[in-house]
Amino acid sequence: MKIIAVCGMGIGTSVLLKMNAEKVLDILGVSAEVQAADISRAKVDGPSADIILTTPELVYQLEKMPGKIVAIEHVFDLVEIREKLSAALS
Amino acid sequence: MSELLNQALAEGSISVRAIASNWKQAIELAGDALVTSQRTTTQYTVAMVKAFEDLGPYMVIAPGIALAHAKPSEAVLGTGLSLITLTEPVVFGSEANDPVRLVIGLAAVDHDSHIDLMAALSDLLMDVMKVNMLLQAENVEQVRDLLR
Repeated sequence: MKIIAVCGMGIGTSVLLKMNAEKVLDILGVSAEVQAADISRAKVDGPSADIILTTPELVYQLEKMPGKIVAIEHVFDLVEIREKLSAALS
Repeated sequence: MSELLNQALAEGSISVRAIASNWKQAIELAGDALVTSQRTTTQYTVAMVKAFEDLGPYMVIAPGIALAHAKPSEAVLGTGLSLITLTEPVVFGSEANDPVRLVIGLAAVDHDSHIDLMAALSDLLMDVMKVNMLLQAENVEQVRDLLR
C-alpha cells in the first residue's frame, strides 16, 4: 500500500497529513508507506500511489491520478481522517 | 516537544491580539514576524502571499487556523515559526475552516529537517483547549507559558 500526502509546498500541510495518517493507519492496523509531497513532486510520484491524501482545494489538480483521492478538511481531526481513509481502504 | 516550539518561535516571532482586515494582511503579519525573528527575508512574505493566491485557501488547515508558508528557498535564513493571534477573525475563503483567528507562519530550509517540529506543532494545534487559551492570551509571555 502506498499513500502520498500532497500539499502545495510540501513542507506544511502534507507533512501534517502524513503524520496524522500514519497515526490512523497504526490504529487501523494497516501497513502502508506514506510520502509527503508538493504538487510538482506528486505529479511524478502520485501515479503509483494507491491513495492520494490532500485538502479539498487541491483535488482538482490531482484528479487524473489512478489512485483514490481522499480530501481532508481538518488535518488534525483523526476521526475525519480515520473515516475517510477507512472508506478508501475498503 | 514544547522545547522545539519555543526554539522555533524566536524572539519577535509572536504577536498577540493583532489586527488584520483581510487574509493578505494576516499572512503579512506572520511574514513580518518571521523577518523580525531573523528566520526569513521579506521575499518569503511575498512568496507566502503568492502561494495563497495561486493555490487558494488550503493553508487553512483546521477550524480557525491558517498555516502560512512557502517553499524552501534562499529567502529562508533558518527554519522557524511565527504565531499571530487576531483580535477579529478574518475570512480566508476556506469553506470548511473560516474564519481564521490563529495564523502560524512556517519557514523551512528544506523538506525534511523540520519534521520533529511539525510533530510538536501538530500536538499543540490538536489540543483544542490549548488553542483556545492561546487565542485568549493577552501578551507574548502568556503564549510562551502555554508552550512550555
